[in-house]
Amino acid sequence: MKTPARRRFDTLILGAGGAGLRAALQLARAEARVAVVSKVFPTRSHTVAAQGGVNAALGNVSPDNWHWHMYDTVKGGDYLGDQDAIEYMCRAAPKIVYELEHFGVPFSRLDNGRIYQRPFGGMTRDFGGEQAARTCAAADRTGHAILHTLFQQNIRARTHFFDEYFAIDLLRDDEGAVLGALVLEIESGEPLLIEAKTTLIASGGCGQLFRTTTNAHINTGDGMAMVLRAGLPLQDMEFFQFHPTGIAGKGMLITEGARGEGGYLVNREGERFMERYAPHARDLASRDVVSRAIATEIREGRGCGPQKDHVLLKLDHLGSGVVAQRLPGIRDMCRTFLHIDPAETPIPVAPTAHYVMGGIPTNRFGEVVAPEKTGAEDPVPGLYAAGECACVSVHGANRLGGNSLLDILVFGRAAGKRIIEFLSEHRNHRPLDEAAVERALQRLARWDRRGDGESVATLRDELTRLMEEHASVFRTEAVMRDGVDKLRALRARIADVRLRDTSRVFNTARIEALELENLVDISMATLAGALAREESRGAHSRIDFPQRDDARWMKHSLYWRKDDRLEWKPVRTKPLSVDSFPPKERVY
Amino acid sequence: MRFRIYRYDPDRDSAPRMQDYQLDDIRPGMMLRDALIALKAQDESLAFRHSCGEGVCGSDGMNINGRNGLACITPLAGLKEPVEIRPFPGMPVIRDLIVDMSPFYRQYRAVKPWLVREDPEPEVEVLQTPAQRARLDGLYECILCGCCSTACPSFWWNPERFLGPAALLQAWRFLADSRDQHSEQRLDQLEGPYRLFRCHTIMNCVEVCPKGLHPTRAIGQIKATMLKHAI
Repeated sequence: MKTPARRRFDTLILGAGGAGLRAALQLARAEARVAVVSKVFPTRSHTVAAQGGVNAALGNVSPDNWHWHMYDTVKGGDYLGDQDAIEYMCRAAPKIVYELEHFGVPFSRLDNGRIYQRPFGGMTRDFGGEQAARTCAAADRTGHAILHTLFQQNIRARTHFFDEYFAIDLLRDDEGAVLGALVLEIESGEPLLIEAKTTLIASGGCGQLFRTTTNAHINTGDGMAMVLRAGLPLQDMEFFQFHPTGIAGKGMLITEGARGEGGYLVNREGERFMERYAPHARDLASRDVVSRAIATEIREGRGCGPQKDHVLLKLDHLGSGVVAQRLPGIRDMCRTFLHIDPAETPIPVAPTAHYVMGGIPTNRFGEVVAPEKTGAEDPVPGLYAAGECACVSVHGANRLGGNSLLDILVFGRAAGKRIIEFLSEHRNHRPLDEAAVERALQRLARWDRRGDGESVATLRDELTRLMEEHASVFRTEAVMRDGVDKLRALRARIADVRLRDTSRVFNTARIEALELENLVDISMATLAGALAREESRGAHSRIDFPQRDDARWMKHSLYWRKDDRLEWKPVRTKPLSVDSFPPKERVY
Repeated sequence: MRFRIYRYDPDRDSAPRMQDYQLDDIRPGMMLRDALIALKAQDESLAFRHSCGEGVCGSDGMNINGRNGLACITPLAGLKEPVEIRPFPGMPVIRDLIVDMSPFYRQYRAVKPWLVREDPEPEVEVLQTPAQRARLDGLYECILCGCCSTACPSFWWNPERFLGPAALLQAWRFLADSRDQHSEQRLDQLEGPYRLFRCHTIMNCVEVCPKGLHPTRAIGQIKATMLKHAI
């Protein structure tokens, strides 16, 4: 194979969602040479679909304090989150939101001109007291508003974009340092080598593991799988969030903001069933609690519709004005996909795959860490990760709504800052490891093999059904063991998949083949972790182990692709400046 | 259901052609994007962009029975058969339904679509009343899908010189923002016979916008502001 063209930058950022663009902005403003590689045009990144808002203790609506936000996040994560990182995030939140506002984000406003904040699940005042209104919103299009604004500011800062380039693999040398990545220009089909002193993975989540998902077609965990292939682990992959309110059977997200604005759930008897599961917070309990409640109602025959396979989200008591002003996007979506007006007719909803709490292990500076030399917190030289693909871990076993936009912004910025420090100490590129380049090229060349074989679409369809069946809201050993066996068989079949589309130009079939490889590796990480963790914590609910078990399992899992190996590392329970929140029983 | 889809792969084809497809498994509520995905499972060489599936990412704009729209929010029910699908008109085709959007993005960048303030930054948010904020409704929601500009005859004839409805909507989005302090420069930039004034109020943009936005009104508001400014 001929040698690919080469480009050199200070920093390579893989992904142009909120985390990648926030980091790029930090770096471009510090005059670093930044390349942002994205498989889609930046504003198509999935941050665009975030609806409800971003949490920050601004106190615009009700008294607030970052420490309360921190408590809620620790509890929401079922005590698996690292408290140093959570303190850092919650303290940074107000500054992050004000910065966004200065960048131009069109937040909704209160009568006094300040940023509008709405109630969201799991958000309280005074360490578990009354409901807090902490979630800063631009109607129900907050992600769109933030992503477009960050893109605009990056154009202004003259960030260098490689739009519609797909990342193949990281380039790592013998000492473990990451020196950039091999990428593929989708339009021409030509590989390109991007050398960089530092590489930030900000490639987002992997909701395409599941058949019904709120996630976009592009959310295939490409960066996470790249990390696995580079011989590094993924952390806490057994924790996958099912959002309580995806449109039943279709998957489109209905924001938690709908309940924040006063909406509530009912079963087939018209009962407001969340009162039984969470007497205090009711419909605004945290997502794992609400999703389990809905799944239980459906399992016990109290679901709605002829199949009894969903519940109803009622907004019809809020009035047309509130729906039009605060939830206009939801209203459009219901009209388009359900032919109903949610201001008049309840929305059929069901728990839907939404967000991965696990990911690439990092510290609060965005450095990727792995147990390679002295311990589990050793940074991998030159490699950073931020956003949904990363696991800092601020979300622990269950993420609170509104903390995801916050996570991508806080740690995108933190990674940018850390990279700037690294660049000031490392002026030169390290020599590229040609063997690593060759390995990456081989991955690409594999898809040039011709002949008969199964199709990518067949395997992708089987995979997402398998994950839905074997790694869903409620889990048992037998079901998951069966899932692992099936997944091993499916993984073995990838070698026999062949592409029929042999064109070089904008070959989307080839991209989907590369994505399939990524999804299969991440599925195994998810199932392996879920099978090993014999307890119920946050989003991971074992019917055979219904209790949380802090003595045995208050620890993070680490999964390596080689031999499907698992190891464990302790939770960082010590915050930066305040007292630790010790685990307690979690009730809402 | 029958489809006729524009096919062109520069790697193989000397000229574009229309290819007929048949899809038997049509479920109620199916959108055009679902059909295209099903057709791609039959024939993986069919190339099109798509992502979110709910009309917010703006990837899957195309020409559907002669009208620009997003495949993911276009219901199959009600489409005349055979459903004729083509790439956006007036744009260079890369392959099949995928066009080169760079002329469109260039015009977006040309209006400097970012907030500019000269005042020192406050420690908190810049205040904005709900009424001031309401002026941005109908403007900030643009998803840059390109349906409007590629339906605009003025944009077809002068893609380099006329900014087109999407970029002009964004120009007005910043002119309309009470926080922005670069109105004068923005208005100056829009002077001349082409950039703004090639709009002949044909209103194709309004007709096709999948988000229900109104670029022609925004263009009118820019013109009115310019006039006021000139006096």
